[in-house]
Amino acid sequence: MHIAVVVKQVPDLVEELEVDAAGTGLDRAWVKMKLNEFDDHALEQAVLLKEAGGAQVSVVALDGEGIDQVLYAAVARGADRALKVDAGTQEPLDSRRAATALAGAIRDLGPDLVLTGVQAADDLFGQMAPFLAAELGWPHVSVVSQVEVAGAAVRVQQEYAGGRMATLEVDLPAVIGVQAAPQPPRYVPVSRLRQAMASGALETATAGAGAGTGGAAVTQLAKPEAGRGAEMLTGSPDQVAEKIEALLRERGLLRG
Amino acid sequence: MSKVEPGRVREDEHLIVEGMDISGHWNRMFEQRVLWSHDTGPLEKLTAITGAESLAYCYQCGKCTSACPVDSVGSYSPRKIFRKVQTGTDLLTNPDLWLCTTCANCLRVCPKEVNMISIMPALREVAVTEANVPPELQKAFENTFQHGNPLGEPARKRADWVAEAGAPATILPRERRPVDVLFYVECYWSYHPRGRDAARAFARVMEKLGVDWGILGPEEKCSCDSQRLAGERGLFEMLAEQNIRTLAKYEFSRMVTSDPHAYNALRNEYPKLGAEYPIQHYTQFLAPLMGQLPWKRRLDYKVTFHDPCYLGRHNGEYDAPREMIRQIPGLQFTEMFRCKANGYCCGGGGGGMWLDSFTGNHVTERLSERRVREAVETGAEMLVVCCPYEVSRFEDAVKSTGNEGRLLVRDVIELVDEALR
Repeated sequence: MHIAVVVKQVPDLVEELEVDAAGTGLDRAWVKMKLNEFDDHALEQAVLLKEAGGAQVSVVALDGEGIDQVLYAAVARGADRALKVDAGTQEPLDSRRAATALAGAIRDLGPDLVLTGVQAADDLFGQMAPFLAAELGWPHVSVVSQVEVAGAAVRVQQEYAGGRMATLEVDLPAVIGVQAAPQPPRYVPVSRLRQAMASGALETATAGAGAGTGGAAVTQLAKPEAGRGAEMLTGSPDQVAEKIEALLRERGLLRG
Repeated sequence: MSKVEPGRVREDEHLIVEGMDISGHWNRMFEQRVLWSHDTGPLEKLTAITGAESLAYCYQCGKCTSACPVDSVGSYSPRKIFRKVQTGTDLLTNPDLWLCTTCANCLRVCPKEVNMISIMPALREVAVTEANVPPELQKAFENTFQHGNPLGEPARKRADWVAEAGAPATILPRERRPVDVLFYVECYWSYHPRGRDAARAFARVMEKLGVDWGILGPEEKCSCDSQRLAGERGLFEMLAEQNIRTLAKYEFSRMVTSDPHAYNALRNEYPKLGAEYPIQHYTQFLAPLMGQLPWKRRLDYKVTFHDPCYLGRHNGEYDAPREMIRQIPGLQFTEMFRCKANGYCCGGGGGGMWLDSFTGNHVTERLSERRVREAVETGAEMLVVCCPYEVSRFEDAVKSTGNEGRLLVRDVIELVDEALR
């Protein structure tokens, strides 16, 4: 079993985000990047599969500032190979363009299974996994919270609204969008990270022609405007309860 | 250490040794004792780890049990740890691994020099390498790695406290010049709201004294001593190397720090990495200068004082903070019964600062809560501290022990500042 884990970085929200002068992107001067937490879970799931039954884990990312450390941390966590794909830009790409840029390198890698985060702070629609699957022509399942190997297929738990779960079997090769690994991502000791960095074992690949095209263009990025504020209900608990009831009735949210 | 075969021990009904008849039931002490029924493998596995060798020296005298602060709120102490390991506990996967605060009171009384300050970090390092870390502590490690401080605050805001100090502080990366004193602010004075109160008070006192001083601002990172003691040696080395490189860029004649843990790192650990600094804790720097301060008012408070483990026991400084308290006009000072070399631990050392919920599940009350009760018993209305971990720990403990309104917690620098206003 060969598992490819596709990871990316997102802005660390510890810093306050500012819109750049052009009004179409983030001012990146002070933005610190960190691994997308859902990709972190995808990587943990891959390492758990490796521990459970033996697998080769390759971690794949587009080149960009700080990505080396993310890849080395993945190696320190248990990935066997780390591949950095050069799409001719250091700027972050949206999911459509990232998927086209990564598909060729992933096909060359020849994995049986591709895991990636179900979504990211800049991909709240969770388009990365389906776009990748479409590019590769493989089946796809997203919002997955557990992956097990079942012969030439994988059995996955897919999460639905209201706490419902489905168990699905997907033929390989396939692309899975991981919502959560069965356990929280394990700690990467700094000594291991430094060992991985000292080994310097990053592989590189170049995205093929036509990679990184398509996608949506951002016409405007702005901070949400503050509303006029909440209405505070005052009075004794009974009075407040009556006001809440009246409000709910007024808006047609109570029956009877 | 190898297992003694029961058959090799002989018990005689009558025995005469050097002409003395020592027959009798009491010589049954030579019988096989219960500990031989256990595999010594787990203990040997631990004592083979570099730094943890001295765990094997324990001969179960129990002196540490009366000194250990964690034992006073639970069943702990090095003697008990040794016994548990001897009887089969795997310490590397046991909660006991994380309860020691490395306060060093056990080492002070241990006739065999079983050194938990060396043993615990060594064993924890093995656990950390195996990614076996309590989640709270893991978060503090990750924050330190990502942002240079365990609180997870942005690096660029590290010097934001200066703006409201009402006194100048030179931020060296912005205003590059040689200074007399480089002040190593450390994380809690940089970010914690109560720490920032103390940092601002410090800036005002420095202005009154006319000291030429500066800070590293956003370039300063955690000295990382507590992370080291909590087992993340790789993280400590990485940040220490970064700090050493940063410090080499600036000219200063001496260093002062707010934090006994940073003081310990810069005084005892950074030299092992080849970097020596003329470092003082701020109480050591200020105590001799107290006579020069233009006092404006008397503070009629009854106070007591809590010794930080890493200023006191670890580095032998008990007098400087007491001298400051003595010179602040008006203070009435009473010692707690556990003080100086026998000072009680606040629970924050050795990673305890980031294990509050975890530790809470294994003790009857927090060390900070026990200490607050002791402070109240002295009749003091104020607990004076000089370690950045302690103000928030003790203020929380004052609330959780129902002593709100009876005991205030103040950093000694806040009192100096108050008496100058």
